[in-house]
Amino acid sequence: MITFDQVTVQYEDTAEPVLRDVNLTVEEGELCLVVGHTGVGKSTLLGAVNGLVPHFTGGTLYGRVTVDGRDTAEHPPRELADVVGVVGQDPLDGFVTDTVEEELAYAMEQLAVAPATMRKRVEETLDLLGLADLRHRALHELSGGQQQRVAIGSVLTAHPRVLVLDEPTSALDPTAAEEVLAAVTRLVHDLGVTVLLAEHRLERVVQYADRVIHLPGDGRVVSGPPAEVFRTSSIAPPVVDLGRIAGWSPLPLSIRDARRAAAPLRTRLDGVVPPPVRTALPADRPRLLSARGITVTYQGVPAVREVALDLRGGEITALMGRNGSGKSSLLWALQGSGPRKAGSVSVGESDGPGTRDPRKVSATEARRLVGLVPQTPTDLLYLESVKQELDQADSESAVQADGIPARTLLDRLAPGIPDTTHPRDLSEGQKLALVLAIQLAAAPRVVLLDEPTRGLDYRAKGELIGIVDGLAAEGRTVVISTHDVEFVARAADRVVVMAEGDVVADGPTTEVIVASPVFAPQTAKVLAPLPYLTVDQLASVLDAHGTDPSA
Amino acid sequence: MPRTSAATARSSAPGLAPDAGGRRLPRTLHPVAWWIWALALATAVSRTNNPLLLFLVLAVLGYVITVRRTEAPWARGFKYYLYLALTVVAIRVVFRAVFATGITPHDHFIFSLPHLPTPDWYAGIKIGGPVSLEALLSAATDGLRLACMLCCIGAANTLANPKRALRVLPGALYELGVAVTVSISVAPQLVQSVQRVHRARRLRAGRSQGLRALRGIIVPVLEDALERSLRLAAAMDSRGYGRAGTATRRSRRATGALMLLGMCGLCAGAYGLLDATAPALLGFPALVLGGLLCVAGLRLGGRRITRTTYRPDPWRAAEWAVAGCGVLSAVLLFSNAGFNAAELNPSIYPLSWPTLPLVPAAAILLAGTAGFLAPPPSAPVRPSVPAQRTEEST
Repeated sequence: MITFDQVTVQYEDTAEPVLRDVNLTVEEGELCLVVGHTGVGKSTLLGAVNGLVPHFTGGTLYGRVTVDGRDTAEHPPRELADVVGVVGQDPLDGFVTDTVEEELAYAMEQLAVAPATMRKRVEETLDLLGLADLRHRALHELSGGQQQRVAIGSVLTAHPRVLVLDEPTSALDPTAAEEVLAAVTRLVHDLGVTVLLAEHRLERVVQYADRVIHLPGDGRVVSGPPAEVFRTSSIAPPVVDLGRIAGWSPLPLSIRDARRAAAPLRTRLDGVVPPPVRTALPADRPRLLSARGITVTYQGVPAVREVALDLRGGEITALMGRNGSGKSSLLWALQGSGPRKAGSVSVGESDGPGTRDPRKVSATEARRLVGLVPQTPTDLLYLESVKQELDQADSESAVQADGIPARTLLDRLAPGIPDTTHPRDLSEGQKLALVLAIQLAAAPRVVLLDEPTRGLDYRAKGELIGIVDGLAAEGRTVVISTHDVEFVARAADRVVVMAEGDVVADGPTTEVIVASPVFAPQTAKVLAPLPYLTVDQLASVLDAHGTDPSA
Repeated sequence: MPRTSAATARSSAPGLAPDAGGRRLPRTLHPVAWWIWALALATAVSRTNNPLLLFLVLAVLGYVITVRRTEAPWARGFKYYLYLALTVVAIRVVFRAVFATGITPHDHFIFSLPHLPTPDWYAGIKIGGPVSLEALLSAATDGLRLACMLCCIGAANTLANPKRALRVLPGALYELGVAVTVSISVAPQLVQSVQRVHRARRLRAGRSQGLRALRGIIVPVLEDALERSLRLAAAMDSRGYGRAGTATRRSRRATGALMLLGMCGLCAGAYGLLDATAPALLGFPALVLGGLLCVAGLRLGGRRITRTTYRPDPWRAAEWAVAGCGVLSAVLLFSNAGFNAAELNPSIYPLSWPTLPLVPAAAILLAGTAGFLAPPPSAPVRPSVPAQRTEEST
């Protein structure tokens, strides 16, 4: 269906080609998972399939890419629209019309499909993706998962043989992501569509993949069956890591497979107390922030309902809950920049000299009390180079003489970012580090991060854990709102779960996360009822006992 | 998907159409039919100064809108046109009172404004002074006529979905339609982007006033918008937008030339028709010639596009009837048949009570039959669940 023949892609502004001598064949009806770290050329590979690379993006493509017998050198993307359907990260970016039905019809209108056929295909697609109830609704009123399903539907109506999805769930919460991935697997199984899927959160999709294309980062491409590729790949979901450590063969890809393979291991580990994921915190931590009765409403609709929260120094708190449950609103209210209808926030050591409410002081003062990194960190960046941003941060925060300059902070968080780089050219993880450094320049003792894991790959998440651990070790308190349960299992001391503006659970990570079968990380699911949360815990137990894992 | 279907089941329940239980199926009338109707009525209005007739037109507009508008956001805008109309009348009256002009000694003076002496070189205009009933009335009726025409346009915008109206644009103007549609949907996103960045400014304790603050907001917003439009362009490209037709450079130029000439012709023709002092040759012939040139241009331009329309609006008897009753009322008002043309513009000097001429009144009421000639609009679609994404991003 798709053939890459000696393909090399070179952009003008990079010295090394992004892809080098790629030979690849994807058969009809396969679900192909494209994995690799950020910036290794996943999007380039996907873009080459329908000719967006190089027709739209620029750069030079050597070799030949053919899709369904058509050479992309001679066919620009629009001429391939009837063969390849492309769905991007944020569905809102691709919408041309404003209602569901019109959006579904758009591609067909461009392809000059007869009106009667069009009507029939729209009805079929509405049913196929479960959108029939939403047909007349405006696109911007839909939830993220519904929007992404409409985006998939809008390319499906053209009856493409190939569907290219570039991280379709990265902007969605877990429920919405499940919804979209369920729709995708259904297409593969019912319609035999060939699917090329790039995805960061591998744990969700790896079990459905027929083939994995791994980009190690040097321009090469390794392709093969999932169990084979993951044996050696640099990134893998926790369930695969677990299988590697335990030495299971074949490598399990789903919780079900792993759980069946894990039965002997569970018996053997019974009675062994696993080491804690995180070192226990001292009991007499100072209380740095105390919030009472926080209420936030938007046009009368409550987003946060009378929430009480205490944050203590040295503690990392994860704030979880579905989209729209009030996580962001709570963080903004705590910082004082967002609206707050009722309640009080007092920041400062409870026994120290005087606590203050960040809402009642100037913005400069509020920054020194609570630092917040918003969901879109780039909203804070507006200068031409990293150096200018950092200098600006130093002057804005007006740190006392003993303050640490932002540059030093940045080097501590993410070493090696040159002064002259334009902030927009940084990777997602680097942008996050830059904004965090800017916020830390004011030396706040309470640090709030709003969905920092969105769009980060495994490596960047690992680095983020290191960063927040460092902040906590300095005696600060950190709150991270996130959907990523694997990240929470490794990074957080405490989990607060919100639903409809209420705090529905608040407690140590182990208790909150393991208690819920949906929220539990993969390791916990495989090894339940044993209280393991991360792969590292198992690794250290197996090391300590020095037993042959295959026994 | 049980989660979504349970929540949205209410929205698909049949709403109350105005014609519930009637014989005709609810459907949306072709937008062009409403536009023809409204423009014809506006043309008819331009003929008359008679306040009775003008109020009748407003009543007719109000009736048709009440029975045939939908619940869509764009259909709730008529009251703004009414406010605009009132403002127009008020401005005209106030200006006429302040810049006292056209006062004759026989007028009925009501009150007097303080007179402002103007310098010699400004002698043409008097400010203040006595205000006469005649001047105010003539200003009010003039204003009312303009207000009525405004309301006619407002009615068309209220009754016809502006996006569907754009879709009937001929193929050659398709790109224009797309540009408008995209900008309509991008504008709210831009506003949201500005709000988000503005809120984020406080996090950095950035200045909220002055040039530098502006830069702090504009740069991220523009970068955001630029990236977004690039992604949109990529998405449109990969969905087949702009697939090659059979256009050559010459045919494109010919299209442009024909359209330009045609438009000039149309403008000249319209001017000639509406201005009684213009030479007769300028009126109808220029209009027809311009129209023909435009049609030719659009035809030529449309040939290069291969595209179809999803669920095109049909043009059936109801469309003929609605457009027809509008045009007929305009023709009746211009025909001077069966009534004295002077009755359309009752005299202010000397002051007289306006009479209601029968034929023009009937003609305007005829336009009002559009209210039941048009099929009832489709049942309203109500959003049942507030969008979760927007809730968090506000």
